[in-house]
Amino acid sequence: MQLNIFIMIVLVIASIWTVMTRSLLRAGIGLALVSVILAIVMFRLNSPLAAVFELSVCAGLISVLFVSVISLTQPYSQQEIADRMKSMFTRFKYLPIIVVIVGLVMFFMKFRPDLTLPVPQAEGDVRNILWNFRQIDLIGQVIILLCGVFAVVVLFKEIRKNAR
Amino acid sequence: MYSALVLAPFFCVLLLNMFFRGVMKKLAFGLALLLSLTQIVFAIFPQTYNWAKFTYIFSNFFKFDFVADNISRVLLLCIGIVLSVTVILARGMIKEEERRFNFINLLLIVLAGLNGVVLVKDIFSLYVFLEIAGVGSFILIAFDKDMLAFEGAFKYIALSAVASIMILISIALLLLFSGGTSFSQINVALKYSAYGPLVMVAMGAFLCGIFIKSGLMPFHGWLPDAYSAAPAPVSVLLAGVVTKTVGVYALIRIAISVFGLYQPVQNALMLIGAFSIIFAALAALGQSDFKRMLSFSSISQVGYIILGFGCGTTLGIAGALFHLFNHAIFKSLLFVNAATVESQTGTRDMEKLGGLTARMPVTGLTSVLASLSTAGIPPLAGFWSKLIIIIALWLSGNYIYAVIAVLGSVLTLAYFLSLQRNVFFGKLREGFSSIKEGPLYFTIPAVLLAVITVGVGIAFPYILNTFILPVSNIFGG
Repeated sequence: MQLNIFIMIVLVIASIWTVMTRSLLRAGIGLALVSVILAIVMFRLNSPLAAVFELSVCAGLISVLFVSVISLTQPYSQQEIADRMKSMFTRFKYLPIIVVIVGLVMFFMKFRPDLTLPVPQAEGDVRNILWNFRQIDLIGQVIILLCGVFAVVVLFKEIRKNAR
Repeated sequence: MYSALVLAPFFCVLLLNMFFRGVMKKLAFGLALLLSLTQIVFAIFPQTYNWAKFTYIFSNFFKFDFVADNISRVLLLCIGIVLSVTVILARGMIKEEERRFNFINLLLIVLAGLNGVVLVKDIFSLYVFLEIAGVGSFILIAFDKDMLAFEGAFKYIALSAVASIMILISIALLLLFSGGTSFSQINVALKYSAYGPLVMVAMGAFLCGIFIKSGLMPFHGWLPDAYSAAPAPVSVLLAGVVTKTVGVYALIRIAISVFGLYQPVQNALMLIGAFSIIFAALAALGQSDFKRMLSFSSISQVGYIILGFGCGTTLGIAGALFHLFNHAIFKSLLFVNAATVESQTGTRDMEKLGGLTARMPVTGLTSVLASLSTAGIPPLAGFWSKLIIIIALWLSGNYIYAVIAVLGSVLTLAYFLSLQRNVFFGKLREGFSSIKEGPLYFTIPAVLLAVITVGVGIAFPYILNTFILPVSNIFGG
């Protein structure tokens, strides 16, 4: 249970970083990281199929989509990158102190994570439920994916042509 | 049988994109129009035996638990009518075949989403279909890829995401509480619960989410930008059915089938409805952009629907549903008029327009009809629906809300008269002497929608007995 809470805290920190970071690419990678941590939580909560979906679709497919779209945009100039790095270092200068304080607090509170993974449930049940009881939601997910494909075609196709 | 309404658009998208794309690009318009017209016929004559013959393939393979009562049929009809208008507008306004093809594909996806929202009876499936309709709409708003369109779409995405999170939290709480996600299961669990704090949080979160999606004041931040920046066919679709289905219908369905018409919920609905009516009408008075004024007018009219529904009597619910239908028709008509004016004159700024009726008689006449109907002038359709709502409020003892509804109607008349005076009446402005009436793809939908508005108003006694009063019989539907 304690480990779950620890993972949740990491999840929140990763999501805050994803939202706060100023680089699109890092935000994309941050999103993938959040998905991976969420997948770990799902594994620990006995939902292996949901975790696999989360890993494959959110951490895998969507990250690839984001990174490929971001690669189509214009990068910063060298001077801008240097300025960004500088401002980033000033923004995060207190981070090591915060990490040390959190570490000390956890040490004194005798935080001992339980690292054993739970045994996954039989997967057949979940698949059975998905197909027999949530068929309509599955079709809905497929339609949303289709919609995403059209979004890329409609909104980015011309930009790609120009880039060439 | 109802599963076909969701699956047919989905399979059409697959069909259009899989084989012979060259031929399919030419067929896309016809296919979309056929689907929407079929939906209109189906919504009017749902009992006909032959439907089952066409749709048995779907029902053999897919076991969806869909239901349609009288409210769903009203919505299916609205979706069918507004979608056909949108498809016709898109056919004329989007000149490039490739772009039009993509547009129609997205329209079909939104159609599947909207029909799904109308037909599901499971709260999680409802969420899934809300998202389908929402995501399709974001892309359609940004379709022209100009700065304002992106801004409108972004605001819609951002606020819609907040709404989605609230709805998801509510669904999670309700699942914890009742052990299931079907409407009936949650409803039964709530009946035996005496509305504890957990349930109140779930209800509040759900209602706030839905208020954002329906763009009611003070949750309306995204709506004027999204409506006015979207391409003309998309504005018609958004104002006509998208916000009504994902917002108002979802609210009505959840309030009736899940939460029950519980007094605090009713009070919240009436308060938000009355607030939207007055403040959106005041905001509309101050607008100089044609489409922006219509957007604020939409918020105000949706307020009437919510107010009528919130009073909770069968007459109030019937009036709300009738106004929902009427508003879908006349607001689509006004957005078609706005599109015609913009395409012929190149501007939406009402300060720069004037005297257009002389050059555009069909647009001028239809817009007068739609404006008068919105303001509730007899014998047009809008008058009857507003009258039913006001009578229902009065009979249920909500006298103040009834007075607010009447005042709102006066304000509506004021801003629409100002719109008519600035755009269509008076002396023709310089530089507009060579302007002609819009092409057929503008005038045909406008005339059809105006005929529905006038026809429904004149045939009201017949419609009252055959459609409106049965609509209120929702608890047995």
